[in-house]
Amino acid sequence: MKKNQTVKFRNKPKIIGSYSIVGPKEGKGNFAPFFNYIMKDDSFGEDSYEKAEKKMFEHAIVKAIEDAKIQPDDVNLLLAGDLLNQIISSSYAARNFNYAYLGLFGACSTMAESLAVGASLIDGGLFDTIVCATGSHFSTAERQFRFPLELGNQRPPTSQWTVTGAGSCVLSSKGDGPRITMATFGKVIDFGIKDVNDMGAAMAGAAMDTMLAHFRDTKTVPDDYDLIVTGDLGKLGSEILVDLMEVNGVKLGLNYNDCGQMYYMRNQNMLSGGSGCGCSATILNSYIINKLRKGELKRVLFMPTGALMSTTATQQGESIPGICHAIVIECDPQSADNYYEKVSTTKTYKTSRGNRKKGA
Amino acid sequence: MYYLWVFLIGGFICMLGQMLIIYTNITSARILVTFVLIGVILQAFNIFAPISEFAKAGINVPIIGFGASLAKGAMSAVKSKGLLGAFTGGLEATAGGIAAAIIFAFIFSLIFKSKTK
Amino acid sequence: MDETKRNEAYNRYVKAKIPKTKAWPSLFNSFWVGGVICCLGQGINDLILYWFPSMAEQTAWAYTLIVLIFLASFLTGIGVYDKIGKFAGGGSIVPITGFSNSITSPALEFKHEGIIYGIFVKMFTIAGPVIVTGVVASFIVGLIYIFI
Repeated sequence: MKKNQTVKFRNKPKIIGSYSIVGPKEGKGNFAPFFNYIMKDDSFGEDSYEKAEKKMFEHAIVKAIEDAKIQPDDVNLLLAGDLLNQIISSSYAARNFNYAYLGLFGACSTMAESLAVGASLIDGGLFDTIVCATGSHFSTAERQFRFPLELGNQRPPTSQWTVTGAGSCVLSSKGDGPRITMATFGKVIDFGIKDVNDMGAAMAGAAMDTMLAHFRDTKTVPDDYDLIVTGDLGKLGSEILVDLMEVNGVKLGLNYNDCGQMYYMRNQNMLSGGSGCGCSATILNSYIINKLRKGELKRVLFMPTGALMSTTATQQGESIPGICHAIVIECDPQSADNYYEKVSTTKTYKTSRGNRKKGA
Repeated sequence: MYYLWVFLIGGFICMLGQMLIIYTNITSARILVTFVLIGVILQAFNIFAPISEFAKAGINVPIIGFGASLAKGAMSAVKSKGLLGAFTGGLEATAGGIAAAIIFAFIFSLIFKSKTK
Repeated sequence: MDETKRNEAYNRYVKAKIPKTKAWPSLFNSFWVGGVICCLGQGINDLILYWFPSMAEQTAWAYTLIVLIFLASFLTGIGVYDKIGKFAGGGSIVPITGFSNSITSPALEFKHEGIIYGIFVKMFTIAGPVIVTGVVASFIVGLIYIFI
């Protein structure tokens, strides 16, 4: 018997609040109109970028709870993770909150990991309200994984740009909002890629494995989803994934896309696209959840990928293992109707463009 | 007129470095190491001086020149001091450059901050 | 399929899939920027010898390199050198200015960790190997010269 990697949630935990905060460069990208908050300066008023990343986390968590229209005390558990060593950004941010905390590390797949774990805990009736948060910062990631910022070197065409941004959402058993219906937990897959500048290729194998497992376990096909979105495979990685899936007999159509690939404008010259925890987290918490709330997207397969590498292991000649977790988020038809009802009665057509505050 | 030679030879050496980057994907630390070694070898076989004669800054400014002066320092110190010269000669000849790099790096790191990109 | 075979096949496939960028533009940029930096060095050297005609050639070169190192360090500090580097690649890595950049940039980067553990310790993360190889190789050359 094949092992089942997918869980189906009977009680369908809901995403009742979400918030995204991004840096200035991301604020010039394709999703600019959807982000809740665009920082003017990516040091966010702090004296180091690590502190800035931590502050983004706190900001995202507080605002997501506000967005959910619940009391801060209603939150039972905080699930968070980031890219830095010992996940300091999320842990240090968590000390300012009076919540139980679980730190997760799934590299860039942390958003799906935290949502899948959170949804499972809520579905099992163990918790009522859980906040999931993750984020990344270009300058901190660059220093940890690559070179000093001021070093004059060139990036190879396959390299990706770590997104500066944090996303947070509130999961609850009660309330209105898009529902998480399924989650597929991924396996660690290593296809033997050693080039740290080619993360897309290193993670595409994991994305393929999880996607195949998901379709097999749930007996769905790509056409069952309005949008299938991977995290940060980038231009190259997503092309590889399409090829890999085709080899395995699954044809990904126009409903497939990749957050990293979509993130920046062409003229921003970001080579293979965006990456980092913040990449998928900010798009999920702005664009995707927004569309799901309005009912413009009905069913989304969200599957961020992560490269579980460290500089030490890479220097010792290890290849890069990848992981990918998938969650299915469905629009709640009832709440989508409510959304338009609210819109038509109050006559204030509030898109996130309207909500967006500029500057710090 | 010798500026043309400086430009052409200096440019050519830098282009070799760029070729290494493109075709072998190596990082800048490895490129610097490679070129220092090239300089040491050129000097060890006494090829550096004749090139330097007409290439001037074209070969002295690239880090090859740094490697060459290390080797040159060691070679001439060995003549006057014997074995001790092999230890001291290289750094003695390049002490100015290394100290300058350290001192300016220290001063500017106190003044400036690295900026986000 | 055997795992190593699968990985090899995958690596081959990825290699073929990587977008090929045209090498010529970047080679050309590195060529002329490198050439200009060398000419700048020559200019400084000529000026020094013009102002101090009695100076030994060796000393003049030492001053030239110090001036270039100063300039590169300063440009790194104000955040210009990495832009030149992005454009020129090898053109700004191979000259001595690249060495200076590779010492100043980690010093700036790790400033937040304090002067001793930040700036002093991390200063040589990139340029350290250069000094080590240079010293070891010159020692070996000197050693050989004792015997011949």
